[in-house]
Amino acid sequence: MVTLTMDGRKIEAPEGATLLKAANSANIEIPQLCSNEELEHYGACRLCVVEITHKNRTRIVASCIYEVAEGLEVNTRSERVLNVRKLVIELLLARNPRHPSLLKIAEDLGVKKSRFEAEIKGCILCGQCIRTCREVVGVSAIGYEGRGINKRVATPFEESPPDCIACGSCHFVCPVDVIPMKEKDGVRNIWKTDFPLQKCESCGRYFAPVKQLEYFREQYNLPPEQFSKCTHCR
Amino acid sequence: MKKIKTLEELEQFRKEIQAQRDPKKTVISICAGTGCLALGSKKIAGAIKEEIQSQGLSLKVELSAIKETGCPGFCERGPIVVIYPEGTCYLGVTVEDVPEIVSKTIANNEIIERLVYKDPDTKERVVKDSEIPFYKKQQRYLLGKNNFIDSKSIEDYIRLGGYSALAKALSAMKPDEVIQEVIDADLRGRGGGGFPAGWKWHSTRNAEGDPKYVICNADEGDPGAFMDRALLEGNPHSVLEGMIIGAYAIGSRDGYIYVRNEYPLAVTNATLALDQAREFGLLGENILGSGFGFDIKIMRGGGAFVCGESSALFASLEGRSGEPRAKYIHATDKGLWDKPTSLNNVETWANVPLIINKGAKWYNGIGTEGSKGTKIFSLVGKISNTGLVEVPMGITLREIIYDIGGGVPGGKKFKAVQTGGPSGGCIPAKHLDTPVDFDELTKLGSMMGSGGMIVMDENNCMVDVANYFLKFLEEESCGKCTPCREGILQMRKILDLITSGEGKEEDLDTLEWMGQAIIDGSLCALGGSAPNPVITTMRYFRDEYEAHIRDKKCPAGVCKALIKFSIDPENCTGCHLCARICPVEAATGEKKEIHTIDDDICIKCRACYEVCKFDAIKIM
Amino acid sequence: MEDKVREIISKYDSDKAFLVPILQDVQKEFNHLPHKALHRVSVFLDVPISRIYEVATFYKAFSLTPRGDHQLTVCIGTACHVRGAQNLTDHIERILGIKPGETSGDLKFSFDTVNCVGACALGPILEADGDYHGKMTISKSNKLLKKLGKKVVTDEED
Repeated sequence: MVTLTMDGRKIEAPEGATLLKAANSANIEIPQLCSNEELEHYGACRLCVVEITHKNRTRIVASCIYEVAEGLEVNTRSERVLNVRKLVIELLLARNPRHPSLLKIAEDLGVKKSRFEAEIKGCILCGQCIRTCREVVGVSAIGYEGRGINKRVATPFEESPPDCIACGSCHFVCPVDVIPMKEKDGVRNIWKTDFPLQKCESCGRYFAPVKQLEYFREQYNLPPEQFSKCTHCR
Repeated sequence: MKKIKTLEELEQFRKEIQAQRDPKKTVISICAGTGCLALGSKKIAGAIKEEIQSQGLSLKVELSAIKETGCPGFCERGPIVVIYPEGTCYLGVTVEDVPEIVSKTIANNEIIERLVYKDPDTKERVVKDSEIPFYKKQQRYLLGKNNFIDSKSIEDYIRLGGYSALAKALSAMKPDEVIQEVIDADLRGRGGGGFPAGWKWHSTRNAEGDPKYVICNADEGDPGAFMDRALLEGNPHSVLEGMIIGAYAIGSRDGYIYVRNEYPLAVTNATLALDQAREFGLLGENILGSGFGFDIKIMRGGGAFVCGESSALFASLEGRSGEPRAKYIHATDKGLWDKPTSLNNVETWANVPLIINKGAKWYNGIGTEGSKGTKIFSLVGKISNTGLVEVPMGITLREIIYDIGGGVPGGKKFKAVQTGGPSGGCIPAKHLDTPVDFDELTKLGSMMGSGGMIVMDENNCMVDVANYFLKFLEEESCGKCTPCREGILQMRKILDLITSGEGKEEDLDTLEWMGQAIIDGSLCALGGSAPNPVITTMRYFRDEYEAHIRDKKCPAGVCKALIKFSIDPENCTGCHLCARICPVEAATGEKKEIHTIDDDICIKCRACYEVCKFDAIKIM
Repeated sequence: MEDKVREIISKYDSDKAFLVPILQDVQKEFNHLPHKALHRVSVFLDVPISRIYEVATFYKAFSLTPRGDHQLTVCIGTACHVRGAQNLTDHIERILGIKPGETSGDLKFSFDTVNCVGACALGPILEADGDYHGKMTISKSNKLLKKLGKKVVTDEED
């Protein structure tokens, strides 16, 4: 365990923990949109910045990546920190002015509206969908396209994604709900592509995309009958 | 060529090739750097070779004595041909000049007056290259050899003492001693960061992890900067020698050169140099019999400025798009493939053989308290002597711009010098006496950067220049973090409004506030320094911003929405050139009569302004 | 196509780290990066196609659409900018009717900008099919375009 000071309070945290995690354990709230415990550190949204002082040097770091250290002084609400957060949320509101999770963060920061001209894109490029697909699901069906302001989440060539197993993880993980997924008549539609669903042999319910089941079967080398019934009927 | 296996063999070989050349015999150096090549120097070299044959001078001048060399720096006056041992320097040479050069100068040592440097003030002619004012205040330890080395010949490099620093390091110094020497020399990274190279090596050597990597950053992306290109193109072996010494010191077996895709000639010459070094046994296993082995691969970038940033460069080398990572762990611990890595730029590596050969004490005798050695700058923009200059740290901006650069051409007034590339700032006339070193330039809100120095005159609009850098960075932002991706875009939009006369008074406060938050909040140095050009121009040229916002005027006459073109009837001769070139028929008039420009149609393309020979086009 | 891609990749020992240079070579071979070729690269290197697509769209040197017979590039480095590269860019845009990064419908011309070619003394620079043309003016660019077969409507050379 290491001891550090956060907003004037002495707190303890396990070695290797991020400042964000240490803050959360100490009930200090830090807003963030791209960090996810299941995923590798990323540090893209920059909402979670904090000010640290170490050996007389003060600087702004992303708390979702920076690790705790003995004697570190952390200020999670300094003026510089709040300015960065205000800028970030205003910039993100220009991309997506309506989503409740963004409006909530804005409200907490005292931001009523974005001063910037709208650049409506919906997606805030937190990258959680892509990283989940790569790091958790392990298929890399989607990725980024382009760079800079033209960067977007896309399927290769904007065509039906050949590696997608329609698991829907990207849809579920999106903090601003901009990856649509629909199910109708035994078909799941995601990334503008129809994926047939598997019907349970026993109850007749459609329970998972066929491609997803095939993927798991191959991955874990399981017998096919494992996948003909839904979890309830197994 | 058989491999050189020992130090003795290297020295023996050096003696042999030195003996082959009589120092009194003629050597002709023709610049074959990118700049002079674009001006046709390849044809000139060919013509000289032919002419020497046809005039029967082959015995006097051997084919190998006609050298296509690296860039000598005086790009403004290229193509450059220098004839040694006299050092007769001809500027602006054309193919048509060649027969005369050969028959007069080469055959009879006669000077051709029209081709030598003529001082614009005193009108005095200067024959020898070293006496031209452009070169006089320079100390060309790195670039100086470019004139004497055929960039494609390892023999030329060895003849001039090349690889002797490597031999010295391998035979007489332990790795720690090499590192100590570089630490004592106080060599700071020339790529922009200014981090002490020796300490970087020290950390990499002592870091846990294997293998360790040595990388040369040749992704010179700052627009208006081409120092690294000239070094890698003109004297690639000096960079390789530095890298091999560094690898020996750090304990690395694998090196990379990451070079910009836009520098095809640098790629060609460096690739060739690597092949030669391997063939000679200076790369590979058991270098010079020392037991130490090291090799280098060359990697071309894909056209992304952000890849000059270390973690983005590693991502690119690993076959991914160039997204930087947060750098809370140093590359010296976890760099390429998460292994200890020393990344230095081209110029830094090229300094290493010099330090090893001449010693730290000699090296840190040059420069200022905090910045040692020389620095190469690319002096460009509104400057009489465009080119590459190598100067001791601590020289003033004024000396560089006026004594070396010859000042602003066309009788125009100096306005600012931009240093540090898109991360740097614009320095106004009142600070021209600032000594140039890492710390002094930072104090002015700019930075040393990699060495771009862009001079601007009264016809450059500082708001436009700030906007230019933002546009550049907007295109080059990788798009990963919010402040950089969205912040630069929104800043640029505000500047667009200002330059089109729609700016508001409060925009300046917004820009200032955003600027600081982008600097604080961005993930990497690209975003972390992106607002600098805006912040420095607002600091030093606030009146120009205010003129755009309050008076809806662009004082420099650049911003299209705020200017009008008209024809001064006093000066117009009715030559009709403006009407001919005008792409939209805004400039009209009968021949030999005074012309007019219809402001409603005019698209402000400046074509008429460029083409008018009578100074009749006025911009208001 | 398959053989050619395989040949390029084997030159790099099928090493994923060389994805950028591999794509450069593929582009050199086929004038752009055809979808099919990228799918082959994905299979041979065992890198997901989404990763390849990411790299192919990230770097400016790559084009997923066919390039024109002639490549025109205006250098917009700082030195060229302060010497009027923007006007030159606007002019070429107007004459060719395409924006930087685009290719004309007849596949005759591709137009791009580049952030400094490092020949700043010659600025502004127009690069045509790999050759640098320095101290470019609008009237010089008209002549160059005409030479490359573009009809340029000015009566300059009457």
